[in-house]
Amino acid sequence: MSAREEVLARLRAARDVGGSTVPDVPRDYHRTGVHAPGSAAAVERLTETLTDYRATVHRVGDLDGVPAAIAAVLAGSSSVVAPPGLPGEWLGEVTATVRRDDPPLSVADLDRLDAVVTGAAVAIADTGTFVLDALAPDQGRRAISLVPDHHVCVIRAADVVSSVPEALARLAPDGPLTFVSGPSATSDIELDRVEGVHGPRRLDVVLIVPPRA
Amino acid sequence: MTTDLGMPTVASDPHGHLRGTEPFPVAAHRALADTQLRQNLGHATRTIRAKRAAVVGEVDDWEELRRAGECVKADVMARLPELLEQLEASVTARGGVVHWARDAEEANRIVVGLVRETGSDEVVKVKSMATQETGLNEALGAAGIAALETDLAELIVQLSDDKPSHFLVPAIHRNRSEIRDIFLREMPDVDPDLTDEPRRLAMAARAHLRRKFLSARVGISGVNFAVADTGTISVVESEGNGRMCLTLPDTLITVMGVEKVVPTWSDLEVFLQLLPRSSTGERMNPYTSSWSGVTPGDGPQTFHLVLLDNGRSNVLASPDGRQALHCIRCSACLNVCPVYERTGGHAYGSIYPGPIGAVLSPQLTGIDGPDDVNASLPYASSLCGACFDACPVRIDIPHLLVQQRAAAVEAHGRPTAQDLAMRAAAAAMASPGRFSLTERVVKLGRLLSRSGRIRSVPGPGAAAWFGARDMPEPPAETFREWWGRRERS
Amino acid sequence: MRIALVATCLGDAMFPQAPRATVLLLERLGHEVVFPADQTCCGQMHVNTGYLDLALPLVRHHVDVFSGAADVVVAPSGSCVGCVRHQHAMVARRGGDEKLAQAAEDLAGRTYELSELLVDVLGVTDVGAYYPHRVTYHPTCHSLRMLRVGDKPLRLLREVRGLTLTELPDAEVCCGFGGTFAVKNAETSTAMLADKMANVLSTHAEVCTAGDTSCLMHIGGGLSRLRSGVRTVHLAEILASTTEGAPA
Repeated sequence: MSAREEVLARLRAARDVGGSTVPDVPRDYHRTGVHAPGSAAAVERLTETLTDYRATVHRVGDLDGVPAAIAAVLAGSSSVVAPPGLPGEWLGEVTATVRRDDPPLSVADLDRLDAVVTGAAVAIADTGTFVLDALAPDQGRRAISLVPDHHVCVIRAADVVSSVPEALARLAPDGPLTFVSGPSATSDIELDRVEGVHGPRRLDVVLIVPPRA
Repeated sequence: MTTDLGMPTVASDPHGHLRGTEPFPVAAHRALADTQLRQNLGHATRTIRAKRAAVVGEVDDWEELRRAGECVKADVMARLPELLEQLEASVTARGGVVHWARDAEEANRIVVGLVRETGSDEVVKVKSMATQETGLNEALGAAGIAALETDLAELIVQLSDDKPSHFLVPAIHRNRSEIRDIFLREMPDVDPDLTDEPRRLAMAARAHLRRKFLSARVGISGVNFAVADTGTISVVESEGNGRMCLTLPDTLITVMGVEKVVPTWSDLEVFLQLLPRSSTGERMNPYTSSWSGVTPGDGPQTFHLVLLDNGRSNVLASPDGRQALHCIRCSACLNVCPVYERTGGHAYGSIYPGPIGAVLSPQLTGIDGPDDVNASLPYASSLCGACFDACPVRIDIPHLLVQQRAAAVEAHGRPTAQDLAMRAAAAAMASPGRFSLTERVVKLGRLLSRSGRIRSVPGPGAAAWFGARDMPEPPAETFREWWGRRERS
Repeated sequence: MRIALVATCLGDAMFPQAPRATVLLLERLGHEVVFPADQTCCGQMHVNTGYLDLALPLVRHHVDVFSGAADVVVAPSGSCVGCVRHQHAMVARRGGDEKLAQAAEDLAGRTYELSELLVDVLGVTDVGAYYPHRVTYHPTCHSLRMLRVGDKPLRLLREVRGLTLTELPDAEVCCGFGGTFAVKNAETSTAMLADKMANVLSTHAEVCTAGDTSCLMHIGGGLSRLRSGVRTVHLAEILASTTEGAPA
């Protein structure tokens, strides 16, 4: 008998002995957040939670403000990588050398680059999190946002939700997803959080927040 | 296919990583005397308890989330074989290869074989309880394959040839200056001026592992959640070492205990709220990665998933005991446990320490007679109940501790001294007549009294109490004597 | 109201002042207390040490003695009520006695720890007590986390004339008793007791009180061994005290 058959047989027998009644799962937790998606309050809370975990937030009023904001945070960088579908105009004012990940750069190449600029699929205000979808052209494959030491992420207010359930409802797990909450950190020394380990040690978020109509 | 197996006995023996070599009180004796250990544990657990309380307090539907988490896990147990078959099909459809392992030895054999096929003699590892349980690193080492632990705390443990003592922070028993000393001693290229500032220590780990990550060909990971209907695997971490191991190698081998499966993607909306706040006391951990099989052009192009039983089917057969399989390894129960805080994780012997370990380890191994050291684990608790309150999936650990104590008693071959004492006590309580007689015997204790207190009593067990505590002298008049006197007057 | 008293085996034999005070307090509040003389022990020690088979006859005896005794049952012990409420039916079912399990559940629904009885059932927080001492309160684990008595004992204590209540640091942490735990893992228990005593002493209270004689035996045993000069007194004794003095 194969291991597969034996393990499944054991589990079936054990399950039947221990009980096979399927419980109803109560879903009376909040499935919508306290603030409406894209609302000023959601964006405000996201700013607080991102900042709390040592990301730096830069607000711009519209898409036209993005190039200057990105250029400003990349002022000290000499090279930057961008996913294939990142809008070219966003990098229009950057003085650093821009490398598109198309064709894909080697890991060694990525290691020589100072920074990466990506978009994001969704951001979660409650937790200070944004999610990168590797299948989205403006976010790109996972390695590009991992190896460079400085990550600049552009987030639109419309993509900001309050809660984790709202974010997951907007995401399809077809491709790799990376949930990012602040720069890399560890709690492994005396269970206190310190920032800066293997992932990017510097995290800048450019938030596009249109003035309220 | 044959399905009429009946229940297996203990799935694998020896359980070297699930069973220590001495009973808990003996191991605890040493730990309690280690003042540095006591201070390190006290500091770390106090820190994390405060952080957890603060971020849990922010969530006004925490109890609703706990109940949902509890029920999702109960649902998983009720449908475990079917969900695993569904997971296998989903992962396979997305280009992954699924393997099944009856026990630790088989899992290790599978992984060693897969690494050998790649031709690599080195692997980078994300911290994983499942591979600690199987002793994978030793098996790889025996096959000439170097396993490099990349989680900071796991690295500290590996560099100092130590053992993990906590789920989340295996080196919780070490403080910053001890970690600095370990790095200075064991890291070849370390800056000799390294200080014990945590940020500098984290940087040293970054520098030490950077080249290894960038050149690694094989990564090995565990699993936090595996989604049956989409084949999505999720790994929750902080440092980015997980992302490195999951993303950069050509081949990824992931080992998971069968209980880690969840039915649907949306179930993660519950656990991704419960786990980080319970674990590191953060609203969200820095990085959570998820992937489904193989993605052309991104990440490892070969993905193996090893499904591990190793005693879990024994646990599943217990209607209450299977709750121990609901555990999401957050370690909140360790951090709030007054026993764990004082003895640390090594005293439990098993790689699963603390309250959940005390009910999981003896169930995974089974209790093998009266001298099995794992029979001492369910007694390593005052049943104070702090673990249940902290558990994000509401595992009734105090109840399971009592249940495992009953299992330990049942494993006594011939009556122990404790058995005889308990039988005598039960007999004394069996009827009011015998109880009154017992009270008269107790009253003789007044003869031992000095100034109203008893400072020692002869007999086995008494020394344990009287080592640090007095006892008042028995009263001249019991309650029932007083009541009787009152009734008559 | 007619109330049946569980004196508890430890209270009956070793700490009669706690059940005595419970009787005097409830009578002072105008209630009738009955003491079913056939009672022995709820079986908590056997259950919590893993001797569920030996506990079964004790559970049966307890249910037999108390089922018809009165509409309401009280015990001056959080852990005994915890055992009655959360473990008796489990022990009965494990022993295959569903009828006993149901009777145990019925009895459990009418069994209260003292502060629950006073606040929830009798609706009183000011019991007219007078106790001119500096007191700190230790919330025992089973009253706190098994029974969820919350701040009921504190609400009762705050109404006591003359009493100065001092807050116990880390109050909700176990004192390390845990029944046979204090003997089977005596050293770990002692380490927990050391911290509890340090916290008690830091309050400069004269008296440490709680709702369970067993935890008080443990804390008091340690405080006495240290000659700390702090005594332990059951909550019932404080509530039973009046300007006439402590209960006899």
